[in-house]
Amino acid sequence: MASALPPIDSPASRHHRKMRRLKDQLAKYMIAFGGLGVIAAVALIFIYLLYVVFPLFLSGSIEIEARYPTPAHSNSQTLLLAMEEQTEIAVRFDDTGKSTFFNTHDGSVIETVELALPPGAKITSFAAATPHTRIAAYGLNDGSAVVVRHNYKVSYPDDIRTIIPFIDYPMGEDPIIIDERGRPLIRLAIQDGEEMSMIVAMTDDGELLVNSGEKEVSFIDDAISAETETFSIASDLGNYSYLLLSKEMDIVYLANSKGDISVYDVTDAEYSEQIEALNLKADIVSLEFLTGDISLLVGNSKGNISQWFPVRDDNGTPRLTKIREFSLDTNAITGIATEHSRKGFLAIDEKGQVGIFHTTAEKTILREKLMDVAAKTVAIAPRSNAAMIEDQQGNLAFISLHNEHPEVSWTSLWGEVWYESYPEPDYIWQSSSASNDFEAKFSLIPISFGTIKAAFYAMLFAVPLAIFGAIYTAYFMTPKMRSVVKPTIEIMEALPTVILGFLAGLWLAPMLETNLPAILAMILLLPLSVIAASYIWHCMPAYIRNTVSDGWLAGLLIPLVILVVWVSFSLNYPLEALLFGGNTQQWLDTELGVSFDQRNSLVVGIAMGFAVIPTIFSITEDAIFGVPKHLTNGSLALGATTWQTLTRVVILTASPGIFTAVMIGFGRAVGETMIVLMATGNTPVMDFSIFQGMRTLSANIAVEMPESEVDSTHYRVLFLAALVLFMFTFFFNTIAEVVRQRLRKKYGSL
Amino acid sequence: MQKWLKSGSPWVWLTAASVSISIIMVIGLLLLIAVRGLGHFWPADVHNFEYLESNDQVVKVAGEIRNSERIAAQQIIDSGIQLETTEQWVTRYLIKTGNRELYGIDFRSILDPLISKRSQDTAMMVLERHEWGNFYGILKQVKVDGKVIAEGDNSWAVLQKQITATSEIYATIHDIEQGEIGSINYTIERLRLKQRGLELRGKDSPEELGKIEEERQSLQSQYKVLQDELKSHYTELNRASLVAETIEGKSVEIAISKVVLAYQPNGMTIFGKIGFYLHKLWEFVSDDPREANTEGGIFPAIFGTVMMVIIMAIMVTPFGVIAAIYLREYAKQGPVTRIIRIAVNNLAGVPSIVYGVFGLGFFVYFLGGNIDQLFFPEALPAPTFGTPGLMWASITLALLTVPVVIVSTEEGLSRIPKSIREGSLALGATKAETLWRTIIPMTSPAIMTGLILAVARAAGEVAPLMLVGVIKLAPALPLDGDFPYLHLDRKFMHLGFHIYDVGFQSPNVEAARPLVYATALLLVLIIIALNLTAIAIRNRLREKYKSLEH
Repeated sequence: MASALPPIDSPASRHHRKMRRLKDQLAKYMIAFGGLGVIAAVALIFIYLLYVVFPLFLSGSIEIEARYPTPAHSNSQTLLLAMEEQTEIAVRFDDTGKSTFFNTHDGSVIETVELALPPGAKITSFAAATPHTRIAAYGLNDGSAVVVRHNYKVSYPDDIRTIIPFIDYPMGEDPIIIDERGRPLIRLAIQDGEEMSMIVAMTDDGELLVNSGEKEVSFIDDAISAETETFSIASDLGNYSYLLLSKEMDIVYLANSKGDISVYDVTDAEYSEQIEALNLKADIVSLEFLTGDISLLVGNSKGNISQWFPVRDDNGTPRLTKIREFSLDTNAITGIATEHSRKGFLAIDEKGQVGIFHTTAEKTILREKLMDVAAKTVAIAPRSNAAMIEDQQGNLAFISLHNEHPEVSWTSLWGEVWYESYPEPDYIWQSSSASNDFEAKFSLIPISFGTIKAAFYAMLFAVPLAIFGAIYTAYFMTPKMRSVVKPTIEIMEALPTVILGFLAGLWLAPMLETNLPAILAMILLLPLSVIAASYIWHCMPAYIRNTVSDGWLAGLLIPLVILVVWVSFSLNYPLEALLFGGNTQQWLDTELGVSFDQRNSLVVGIAMGFAVIPTIFSITEDAIFGVPKHLTNGSLALGATTWQTLTRVVILTASPGIFTAVMIGFGRAVGETMIVLMATGNTPVMDFSIFQGMRTLSANIAVEMPESEVDSTHYRVLFLAALVLFMFTFFFNTIAEVVRQRLRKKYGSL
Repeated sequence: MQKWLKSGSPWVWLTAASVSISIIMVIGLLLLIAVRGLGHFWPADVHNFEYLESNDQVVKVAGEIRNSERIAAQQIIDSGIQLETTEQWVTRYLIKTGNRELYGIDFRSILDPLISKRSQDTAMMVLERHEWGNFYGILKQVKVDGKVIAEGDNSWAVLQKQITATSEIYATIHDIEQGEIGSINYTIERLRLKQRGLELRGKDSPEELGKIEEERQSLQSQYKVLQDELKSHYTELNRASLVAETIEGKSVEIAISKVVLAYQPNGMTIFGKIGFYLHKLWEFVSDDPREANTEGGIFPAIFGTVMMVIIMAIMVTPFGVIAAIYLREYAKQGPVTRIIRIAVNNLAGVPSIVYGVFGLGFFVYFLGGNIDQLFFPEALPAPTFGTPGLMWASITLALLTVPVVIVSTEEGLSRIPKSIREGSLALGATKAETLWRTIIPMTSPAIMTGLILAVARAAGEVAPLMLVGVIKLAPALPLDGDFPYLHLDRKFMHLGFHIYDVGFQSPNVEAARPLVYATALLLVLIIIALNLTAIAIRNRLREKYKSLEH
């Protein structure tokens, strides 16, 4: 046989040895690589989550793309600047009745349109509707108004996008007569919706007129005809320099530079009335609606912009209230442009500075000086990715904006925010809605609260059962029974949570709803009966007591527990009739003022408690079982009873292990998804009541992630929620693991 | 008393009671699922009731009793129902009446005191149908092409024969539609992508395009042939029908092609019922779901779960085993191993939904999006791998279950006596050879244990899968006869998600509930079996190495 091997120093043998050494080295590196791969995996998860979340906290920036003289600006004042979706073309409406389309990048004029004004008429006022409608109106000195729209036709000849701008007249080319008496219209406001349109105008002698038109679509040719009526709201008004009409066409705001604001309800011709008149206690140099037309943005001469919206007072009447204030600098605000689909805005001042702000996030995104002279007019692109500022000397600056996620700030995520139409600042999670100008509410507080609440109730149920059970199993139970009980509880850990959630939602929740008194009875009766049984057992003669050792007690108690449960359930109806007038939910509602939700924290607590019991149980059990025998023997030898030994020696020694168990159990309860998803109503309420549901971070991700748009703020905030969960559990698990490693070292020395 | 308190005996009893409660909860839960899940397939008797409605009219109701509960009589009287009873509590039954096309809903609840008469008719027939749920009624006639071929007593036998015949045709049609036509559609789609790919690379020469067009034409003609065949099958299928009478005496004609199964539960013997039960059980695990997953079987969900778990196992085993070997055999015990252990524990402790978020962002959108750009540009903008699917689900779960394999393998490695390693090294083997030839074979049961536990964990995990690849109804299985046979980019069905979806998202939860219990039972059984196997292997391993240590 030996002859099969080549001699030790032959080339073949040497080669063979080399190969073996090589393989050994290779294996070493590959295995090390694999081992370190675990760290890499954890790091990758963390880094990737961070990478997605990071842009949320990037500050915005602006860049000047081009500067050029304002097109066609000689002898005319700019009334409105606007851009189309792609920011390739902008339009300028001026006070001579011209509208000029020009290229945003070099200012070259594409087309100048003379608006169709009646001969001899003079322009006395101008107004723009909500920006995305692209509608504006000129008020004339003969009491009529012309409504125009800048419009764009996009086509793709040869796969190249071509945009052709044009002006059209959504309400007809003929001027609309607002004032029959032909007085000049000195202030104007317009809105155009799908079902109606409205023009509000003030004549030179201070009468406020409303012209509203109901639209009717003809069934035959889809043509739109409008039925208009004109009515007067108030007359002999003083000098108001601002007139605003909300896009719902229900409220008109009048304001003057001294800070007086007058609010009118114009929903109905017969019931139009002044709702409120107040003084803002600051001058007004600029006034605009925030997107959605609920809030007013008021710029003053001190460089502050404040947000105001109506809040119902104690009597239920809406009062215009100052919500928050932003500061650009100390110079007068010359213009405000609000973003078309977010609650942010741009402001400019007379020293050529520009600021970007977001109202909900209470965030000043940036402040920058762009020009040396006063800025006069500002416009923002429909997608908020560009803006245009005209200065006093007739120069335009076209700037690009990088401001992807202005909605997110520390306050909007974790603080109380006063949302539009809410009576007071609050923590709200409401991420999406059908409407375009919806104010996204990204407060993580309610869902974090829900997470803690769910985990708290679960721990309330699980910790006593698991730790008591583990103490008994490790310390008193006979080895034979232990070998059955431990695997049973381990199997419990393997049960898929989707099954627990399903049972909790479809079986436990309705069962608890009808058997609430029985559950209360059970909580009371179970410990009492066990203690009573213990006393009876104690009083029994010794020969009976000695037949069963403490180690079999758990088996002995099973029939007793079943009996108590059965008794409690059969007491359910009598108890309900006796204590709660036959209907527990109603009783809770009327007597205690607690509303009852079928899928509530009690259900979640039990179901999730069930899921974490095995985790806590098996770690605690290991810790107690691992307490060295000589410690207990020593204590017993000194005369302590088994119970004294347990409480003074064993549990103290095992306490770090028990702590680890509770930490890990808590981590698991915090991250559990399916049970809370199925066993609660998933409403993000902030109520600690046990009879109310909640929404947790994990369930929130599961519900909203599939429908969130990639890379949107919502998507990134959900990643942030995942990151919060990750860090939370990372924290608890690391503590638990460090404690466990310490413990191992300590026991090693014992 | 004093002595009793001092002895700590009440506390000991309380701790013992905690164990009892835990055990009762586990067993009770398993029993609950078992009873509800298994009970579903037993043919329930159909009861006929005469029932006094609120408008003082007596109506006839027939159906299975699904549920009964006791409620306070006062509560019912308060809700405006006239009830003459002295009892404090009345029983309310939930009756599955079926006939959804007639009544609008499958269920109605009736109050016990208002039932004037109840009976059972052996001729009551239950039809399980492809649509509209169950039908309850009495068979009157069987027709073929509109002509009555059986009436009265012998019609039942004729009906059964007709159902068997139509079921066969139905199966043929299903085979053609899903198999051959599905395959042709798939090939045509591949041809389209191929053509697009050629165009993108600028290689769309006329001869290449001609070849594709030729192939497409031949497929189209094959398709036409199959279409004609299908048409003839369909006419054959729709020939027979049956006429039945509902409990109110309404005559209804139902096409036999819509009937899956007809049976008369009241007339069945106990053996008949057992046979029926087994048949239904088999149908449950082997059939496709019907009626938005609320009826029929769950085969695609079982298949999807198994596929996902297999692919996951292939990925998780090497990674987990190598990491464990590094920790035990190669790494110097110190800060690095301590950090790795913390990392392992964190991987095990991170909530599963976080893996789902990570999988969706990193695997699906980042990796998948880039794979699509590089390898499947012809399909864009429709994503191939840039969308949730089988592969990403498997990888995500592999990451999630790595700690299970690591912990188990490490334990196995720690039990191998040092003497064995030293023996091997002393005989001149390198470390890698020792590992490969002695250590790993000896650890294989432990690796197996870890793998089984990982599989059990993955089979029950739902939250991350909801984000990375599971859907409620997959149009095709991830494994079929079309190249490349295993479709890693497809979405799939999963038992756990099936439970969530049918139990909580289905429009007809009441009807679907028993099926959810049955699915839950199946999942629990699989997972318990896997866990028990793992425990058994682990125990045997421990015994084996105990003897080695001496």
